[in-house]
Amino acid sequence: MSRSQKELPMASSDNAAECCPGAVAGEDSYLALEENWLSGQIETAAGPVWRVDTTLNRKDQIDAVKMRLGIGRMSFAVPPGLYAVGNPDDASSVIVSANYKLSFDSLRRELSGLNLWILVLDTGGINVWCAAGKGTFGTAEVVRMVEASNLSEVVSHRTLILPQLAAPGVAAHEVRSQAGFKVIYGPVRAADIPGFLKAGLKAGPEMRRTSFTLAERLVLAPVELVGVVRPLIGVAVILLLLNLIASYFGDGRFLLTSVLGNTVSASLPFVLAVVVGTVLVPALLPYIPGRPLAWKGWLLGVLLAFAYMTVIVPGITLLETAAYYLVLPAITAFLGMNFTGSTTYTSLSGVVKEMGVALPLIIISAGLGLIGLGTAYFV
Amino acid sequence: MKFKYLPNVATLELDQSKCNGCGMCLVVCPQEVFSFNEKVSSITDRDACLECGACARNCPQGAIRVRAGVGCAYAVLMDKFNLKGSCCNDSCGCSLEDIADR
Ligand code: SF4
Ligand code: SF4
Repeated sequence: MSRSQKELPMASSDNAAECCPGAVAGEDSYLALEENWLSGQIETAAGPVWRVDTTLNRKDQIDAVKMRLGIGRMSFAVPPGLYAVGNPDDASSVIVSANYKLSFDSLRRELSGLNLWILVLDTGGINVWCAAGKGTFGTAEVVRMVEASNLSEVVSHRTLILPQLAAPGVAAHEVRSQAGFKVIYGPVRAADIPGFLKAGLKAGPEMRRTSFTLAERLVLAPVELVGVVRPLIGVAVILLLLNLIASYFGDGRFLLTSVLGNTVSASLPFVLAVVVGTVLVPALLPYIPGRPLAWKGWLLGVLLAFAYMTVIVPGITLLETAAYYLVLPAITAFLGMNFTGSTTYTSLSGVVKEMGVALPLIIISAGLGLIGLGTAYFV
Repeated sequence: MKFKYLPNVATLELDQSKCNGCGMCLVVCPQEVFSFNEKVSSITDRDACLECGACARNCPQGAIRVRAGVGCAYAVLMDKFNLKGSCCNDSCGCSLEDIADR
């Protein structure tokens, strides 16, 4: 391990510790400094600096899948410090990055053939946008890392390139007055960095806008789905118990296969609602009329309830029909509302307003529907 | 395509008398809320504001005010009921990062 990296003090981000338990990467949870993502060291005026590999290998891809699924996301924090790409010299650009491995990987992947420096901050293993919102990717951390890495000895210029999405946390004019470095906000997407550098550190409007394409909306679905697995198992267990009780009171004999079969078919609409809420709502987001996300979810939920009862189980009782119309849209509305956390455009004021209306309705609708479904087992 | 959320809720305020026309707010806003009008900034698409706070933090003149926060229902919910782990833990899907690639 190089001197310049080993001696870096840990971030004392009390704020982050409070908001994100377990999210602040300790020294042991940093990614190991090994040749798998690094390729040797280069000498600088401030000591040796690791050079990063600009091609992602198989392990990086497996890590990415794990992170997308939300498995052990926090053990993928890149050790903060200065890194080299190619063979940079004292005139080469300095790009500042969060130490969330996915961010770091998507950055270095775009930099092959370039010679520059990457200054990795300690953002607690969290991505730029979230860390900037919390202030861990903030003015103080930028200033601290500029000093800790002895950057002013390594480069002769005084310019830092920050991702534009760090701007909620970093005050460019304060970095200048505190650390003596001018901040230039680079493009939103890492893929635009080579073009940005070539254009003399200029980002056109299309580089400054966040996008939210189909692929970008769906990449989050696995994490959301994993998040609802547990409640879904809870629902299945309750349905199993209901079916056991119903079969006991119904004909007095336990037919395990029919109880299990009934449980599976009774769970189906809930599974469908979850898929609609976490996959279909994001996928169809721009095409569903209306602005509130709970509303968009609710609309698809009504369609789901309709489709379920006309195609899959036609001819059920009026009570069950009513109950499904109350429960399923409530679930999809809730999941739609939850998707606000994954979007690139929802404001806090909007979410608070939307929740004030939607949440009571969702609770009432789900409550009544569940009572209806429970009753339907015994009438 | 620019997505828009609820109209008439953003808490964004700009005091044009303080603005020196540096253009920083136009640079940092991911939603193109501002544009220049006679060399001072003006809010031309308020409803697109997602209250990220980038403009206010980077305005050297302190001309912009906004109640910055995270527009995430889960975080708001946890906050309301005073629960821990409101955000960015292993189970949080909040990864604009993944969306924005960096
Ligand atoms: S950042 Fe402030 S001073 Fe600069 S243009 Fe915007 S409002 Fe005016
Ligand atoms: S708070 Fe964010 S989205 Fe709103 S105007 Fe400022 S920079 Fe733009």
